[in-house]
Amino acid sequence: MSGPMNAFGNDWPILTILTFLPAAGAVLLVAARWMAGAKDNPGLDRGARWLALAITLVTLAVSLVALGRFDASNPAFQLIERHAWIAGIEYHLGVDTLSLALIILTTALTPLCILASWHVDRQVSAYMALFLLLETMMIGVFCALDIVLFYVFFEGGLIPMFILIGVWGGANRVYAAFKFFLYTLLGSILMLVAIVWMATTAKTTSIPELMRFGFDPAVQTWLWLAFFASFAVKMPMWPVHTWLPDAHVEAPTAGSVVLAAILLKMGGYGFLRFSLPMFPDASAAFTPMVFALSVVAIVYASLVAFRQTDIKKLIAYSSVAHMGLVTLGIFAGNEEGIQGAIFLMISHGVVSGALFLCVGVIYDRMHTREIAFYGGLVNRMPVYAAIFLLFTMANVGLPGTSGFPGEILTMVGAFKVNAWAAAGATTGVILSAVYALTLYRKVALGPLENPKLAEIKDLDAREWVIFVPLVVATLALGFASTLATDFTRPAADQIVQAYQAAIAPVSAAK
Amino acid sequence: MTDVEALLFSLSWSQPELWLAGFALVATLVGAAFGDRASGPLSIGAALVMVIAATLAALHRPETPVVIFNGSLVVDGFSAAVKTIVGYSAAATLLLASEHLQRSGDRRFEFPVLVTLAVLGMFVMASAHDLIALYIGVELQSLAAYVMAAFRRDDARSSEAGLKYFVLGALSSGLLLYGASLIYGFAGSVKFAEIATQIGDGNAGLTFGLVFLLCGLAFKMSAAPFHMWTPDVYEGAPTPVTAFFAAAPKMAAVALMARVIYGPFGALEAQWVQVIAALAAISLVVGSVAALVQTNIKRLMAYSSIANMGFVLMALAAGAKEGAPAALLYMALYLPATIGIFAVIQAMWRDGKPVEDVADLAGLARRTPWMAYILTALLFSLTGIPPLAGFFGKYAAFLATVNAGLVWLAILAGLATVVGAGYYLRVVKVIWFDAPAPAFDRTGGAVVLTAGVSAALTVLVLVVGAGAVQSWIAISAATSFAAPPLP
Repeated sequence: MSGPMNAFGNDWPILTILTFLPAAGAVLLVAARWMAGAKDNPGLDRGARWLALAITLVTLAVSLVALGRFDASNPAFQLIERHAWIAGIEYHLGVDTLSLALIILTTALTPLCILASWHVDRQVSAYMALFLLLETMMIGVFCALDIVLFYVFFEGGLIPMFILIGVWGGANRVYAAFKFFLYTLLGSILMLVAIVWMATTAKTTSIPELMRFGFDPAVQTWLWLAFFASFAVKMPMWPVHTWLPDAHVEAPTAGSVVLAAILLKMGGYGFLRFSLPMFPDASAAFTPMVFALSVVAIVYASLVAFRQTDIKKLIAYSSVAHMGLVTLGIFAGNEEGIQGAIFLMISHGVVSGALFLCVGVIYDRMHTREIAFYGGLVNRMPVYAAIFLLFTMANVGLPGTSGFPGEILTMVGAFKVNAWAAAGATTGVILSAVYALTLYRKVALGPLENPKLAEIKDLDAREWVIFVPLVVATLALGFASTLATDFTRPAADQIVQAYQAAIAPVSAAK
Repeated sequence: MTDVEALLFSLSWSQPELWLAGFALVATLVGAAFGDRASGPLSIGAALVMVIAATLAALHRPETPVVIFNGSLVVDGFSAAVKTIVGYSAAATLLLASEHLQRSGDRRFEFPVLVTLAVLGMFVMASAHDLIALYIGVELQSLAAYVMAAFRRDDARSSEAGLKYFVLGALSSGLLLYGASLIYGFAGSVKFAEIATQIGDGNAGLTFGLVFLLCGLAFKMSAAPFHMWTPDVYEGAPTPVTAFFAAAPKMAAVALMARVIYGPFGALEAQWVQVIAALAAISLVVGSVAALVQTNIKRLMAYSSIANMGFVLMALAAGAKEGAPAALLYMALYLPATIGIFAVIQAMWRDGKPVEDVADLAGLARRTPWMAYILTALLFSLTGIPPLAGFFGKYAAFLATVNAGLVWLAILAGLATVVGAGYYLRVVKVIWFDAPAPAFDRTGGAVVLTAGVSAALTVLVLVVGAGAVQSWIAISAATSFAAPPLP
């Protein structure tokens, strides 16, 4: 099986390099810290920042090389690497267009996160090392073609994130870090038991082979629920979303960005990679439940977002609402729904990341995220206000921004399956306009009343560098959305066709 | 074979044991002649001999089980793997101990002798092939351990730990002997091979005997509900002794448990599976929940070891074919992390005195970063978070358990892992999130070396090389319990 797939000029293991390059950087940073001794050292801190930035940029370049060597018209997994490892687990990497899109999202956002963390001043090398480690885990999740290897990366990300939140986070950081870790672990440990069961039943841990295995429908229900426990927490879906606002609020800015932009996508990716292809019957059977939970999430989270007084918490609840839309699209199970969900995941990665960075800009200056503290920022920070406006609009789903195509596709997909669910989700879109625009009005518009804001400065050069790529991405995805949809179509088509074929006998029997 | 030939044959297969026994005798003489001055060289010598014995055991691994000393002992792949793990773990903890005891002024030549004798007992346990050898092995190890627990004889806590360990240990030995006598009475032999042929479908007497025997063994491996001694002994005994208890004896006790249930009682699987699964479930719950409220790091590690024994028992419950390799792999991946954590605990000195509260680690990440990184990695490994080595041990245990149809136990173990994560995370929190406590004194070389090596093993070597370790262990275990060989 590895023979023919290796035919893509796979002469050096590009996915391994891509995955472990950041980890190698982390090792370098730790070694440097070790040699420098216990004393704080400004030179070391400066070096750590630049080294981390350089490593993430090289990683981005490697991911683009991987893109170049990838045949986007082929729906199969490519750039395969496969070696025996332990206990039947294989070191098996490979990507299709879905995973490659998410990998590039990851590698592109991480350098921006490093830039956004430039003013971290405590234990800088540890911070950067953990961040690089986190990037390895995130890339690994999307590269893994072995289900246990996937789990390894999926869980491994908890360690750096726990410490990042707990050390560099806000006032209530310890509580948030524990809640984040234990919530996620509880969800995934059930998935682990299910994975073990699948490994003993199917006698393989290879994801492509498990997709073809065809589990007994009666068992699928249990396996689906176990995976759902993990992905629903990660996503997060209502009612297991409560860790997210805490984690977001307490995490350092870059931590929030990674959390919203990438870690949440692992849930959606999991549904697309495991739940639909491996347990199609159970997925079809549970679709009404997922729809109900999604609609509740969209409406409830939007209403809750409206009442928030903390900017980050508001954006966190908005993420919950958007992820509700993603699950709605995924479980619609048709071309539009799944393409829309993928698009929405990528767009949300860019937009929510950018929004958290926007919060970071004013938080760095004023050290508060209270909405009431701000107002009239447009008077002192016109560029910032314009950028913030763009991302607010993208979050609402204004046509021309990246938020729109995903939302409309998801709605269409859901509408074809269940008009009521789609209708419920639409109200959420209206509500999102309410909370997002209210936030913008309160923060940016009106007179500049708070005297403490009188001296606030507009974006500096570093922040320009952070925001320009995000603005370009948001507009590009908005105007030229077919670039993205064409790219992800092979993977989406394959998921849809396999899913529809698997559930066809069931729906026919009804 | 004449008697002499048989003896020579037996001796040729017991070289590791001969090295240990010989060294213990010589060391006693040397100690008697030179006094406590000899303690340092003897410790290094003992560690060296343990490494030699372990390496010999690993290299002289027979393809099929070899029964020696008239059916008392058996050398097979399983015993080879166990002896390797025991020998290396004991050597590492002994080196740590000798540095620590020197520092605390408890340098005595008896210590390396006692450790060597304990290791000899463990080697006998790993190879036990009749009830007599089983008991001799257990007692040789235990008696040495009682003395070691009370090693700091002018310290009330240490004496208390020794006494408590001795009294409860004697009770468990009584249970063990009672069970053994019942088995002898009903099976008509003490030899494992003959018991295996005699038991047939079993009867009430044999089942009773087996249960008593298992209870005694559960005590030795500190599985709940026979764990009461563990936290007190761990806390009271001098830290290097605790480190020793936490590593090699656990492996030996697990090995003996495997010997008993898979060997003579292989046919009674339906009976012992319930006992082992219950022990596993109780250990997992007790170990995970009780650890949540501990403030002393040695007590915390005691409960952690109870929970980990729960995992090993869970693997053992899966039967010889799947369970034995899984349990061995679990121990091989678990022990380096434990030893490394105890190395760091032994480095916790402040103002010339050892300290042992979790709170003493506060802010370690800011005052001694290397120690914090190592301890964090090892704690996450014990939690079972991938990609660290501990995860793969847990995965192997899960795999064996689910394969054996004990899905409920696997789910329980999963939930226990989450609870367990709570207390490991609490230590990580203290290390990273809390304001720094006053710095520790300078650490010795053995601590740095042991902690560094165990971290390297846990983070990288055993993760990348887990497949090699596993196949070595699988081959070792495969031939061992297939059919109990007759002498």
